[in-house]
Amino acid sequence: MIDAITANHAAALAAKLARVEVAAVYPITPQTTISEKLAEMVSRGELNARFLLMESEHSAMSALIGASYVGARTFTATSSHGLALMHEVLMWASGVRRPIVMPVAARTIGGPWNIWGEHMDVIAERDVGWMQFFCENNQEVLDTVLMAYRVAEDPSVMLPAMVVVDGFILTHTVDAVDIPDQRLVDEYLPRFDPPVKLDMERPARLGGLIMPDWWMEFRYRIAADMEGAKERIKQADKEFSRIFGRGYGGLVEEYGTEDADAVLVVAGSAAGTAKEVADRLREEGARVGVARIRVFRPFPSEEISRLGSRKMVGVFDRSYTFGDGGAMFNEVRSALHGTDSIVKNYIGGLGGRDVTAAHMEWIFRDMLEVAERGLDRKVEWVGLKDGSGRW
Amino acid sequence: MSDGERKGRFTIPHEELMYPGHSACPGCGEPIAMRMLLKALGPRTVINIPAGCCAVIPGVWPRYSLRVPMIDHAFECTGATSSGIRAALDVKGLDDVTVVGWAGDGGTVDIGLQSLSGAVDRGTDFLYVMYDNEAYMNTGVQCSGATPCGAWTTTTPAGKEMACRRGKKRILEMMVENGIVYGATANIAYPEDLIERVRTAKSIRGPKFLHILSPCPSGWRMDPSKTIEAASLATRTGMFPLYEYRDGQYRFTKEIKNLKPVEHYLRLQGRFKHLTPAQVAEIQDLIVGELEVLKAKVEAGRK
Repeated sequence: MIDAITANHAAALAAKLARVEVAAVYPITPQTTISEKLAEMVSRGELNARFLLMESEHSAMSALIGASYVGARTFTATSSHGLALMHEVLMWASGVRRPIVMPVAARTIGGPWNIWGEHMDVIAERDVGWMQFFCENNQEVLDTVLMAYRVAEDPSVMLPAMVVVDGFILTHTVDAVDIPDQRLVDEYLPRFDPPVKLDMERPARLGGLIMPDWWMEFRYRIAADMEGAKERIKQADKEFSRIFGRGYGGLVEEYGTEDADAVLVVAGSAAGTAKEVADRLREEGARVGVARIRVFRPFPSEEISRLGSRKMVGVFDRSYTFGDGGAMFNEVRSALHGTDSIVKNYIGGLGGRDVTAAHMEWIFRDMLEVAERGLDRKVEWVGLKDGSGRW
Repeated sequence: MSDGERKGRFTIPHEELMYPGHSACPGCGEPIAMRMLLKALGPRTVINIPAGCCAVIPGVWPRYSLRVPMIDHAFECTGATSSGIRAALDVKGLDDVTVVGWAGDGGTVDIGLQSLSGAVDRGTDFLYVMYDNEAYMNTGVQCSGATPCGAWTTTTPAGKEMACRRGKKRILEMMVENGIVYGATANIAYPEDLIERVRTAKSIRGPKFLHILSPCPSGWRMDPSKTIEAASLATRTGMFPLYEYRDGQYRFTKEIKNLKPVEHYLRLQGRFKHLTPAQVAEIQDLIVGELEVLKAKVEAGRK
């Protein structure tokens, strides 16, 4: 059934279709309507889940870790400061291998206050052992929540996943979404039956103290399983397209990259704008393409390194991490190490500022110029009022 | 005196749900409290614990000294984790299993207070136990909101002035106001009473709170052989009265009469050795005052 809904509504519908058993919620803009939709579904009896009203995001995640230990499929959603408050328990969730799935309405983190969209909250949590899926549109949000459960709960993975939904741009914008049949979702997503869980007949301690003689082995298993998740994500995407008739190209969606002189790497909704502008420039004969990072964790190093045969790779970061350029830029540049590609970082769309077609056109033209003349500067802030954002 | 004592029978269940070989310090009150709790609750119990001594005592992976499942989590989220465990157990049809959130005093009255308050507010059907050793003992004796007036800790070093002048946070009263259906204090020196409190808690659905005094010889600066003596004196001096709250009423579970001077309790422990006679008198006054407040609540319930 096709319906016109927001991405937040789509995320809540996905939770219902996934038959989540325990949901724990706490409000924060622009996530809140996910929790509200879920509350309606539970109160109408459409979703048979325990619905816990928490007193903070930290507690919401803690409750889900407890519930997941018992063997329940769990769900919450958050944003910004809520995600930051969860930081400690995000690492607990991955460390004790609880496959919680959580949409994140990507937003700034204060101060000063700003409630609008960017990727800083998500990027700041890139190293906590969670998979991170970025979505381009509302349909992809619904589909990715289902895929995320399938991958996260795979016994060879058992790691939690964030589904990144651009704040307001997707969370509050209505678009046509094909809502799949429950029967097909049930076929795609098996019942959650974790290999390790609470067992009253065989009492064990879960998450207890590990000494130095074993800690590294536990960490290594997480690292290895995160690597292994890449293959599982590709399989989950293929299987999704077999059952539902749509797929997303695995970890990186490539758009016109094959013969491109300049490829822009971008995540989230801005990819839509980039693709549209790339099409227009191609009509003029410019050979440009877009590589959309769908999955940032695990990092798609192989896919990115294959871009190394192009003259120029630009990386658009919708956040800034106060290091040597943006976070995505640094990982892409690292994956391209040893290739001849020139790599340049573009920072834009922070704090809810629109990423317009004009911005994207400027970036593509700059990339083509860099491809011809060589790198002028490493980092360029796009769309600053006085145009001075470069070094 | 319970029926069992009068008839000369064993009043404490034989069943052991705690193996020997835990790693508590000599004289630690925590394993005594845990052992009695498990005897009272039986095997259909899940325990969730935050950081603290309680995360070290059951043993290091893969060794484990309890015969019920235990779930570990971060420091400040005992109540929230209990809520999640309860919800999932209910989903799975395991509603006969008792959920116990078990945390120290710092993990309860300080960093874990918000999460505990949320769990009580949600009406989570669980038993929250605060084993109270009256300071952050696992990190090496720092003052907590449950450290008593006059006690030395590493962050309240004893100088001329009495360190840590205020009384303990009245956590049980706070939880009563928060909406618990049952609350009680208990003491490892009175194990039959402790077991009775736990059994009463188990018999009632909803959020329950138990405050158990659990001496720490290392932090209280006393000989490990003095644990039970100190615990017993805490109640007999009125320092740690035993009472319960149920159906809107407070009741003493051990009558307050013929109180011993608090000096007996204080002089047993190195953490109070710096106190002058005037300061001991000040603490004695504080105890009497606190007891009057409590007695008034008990009286109000009787009317």
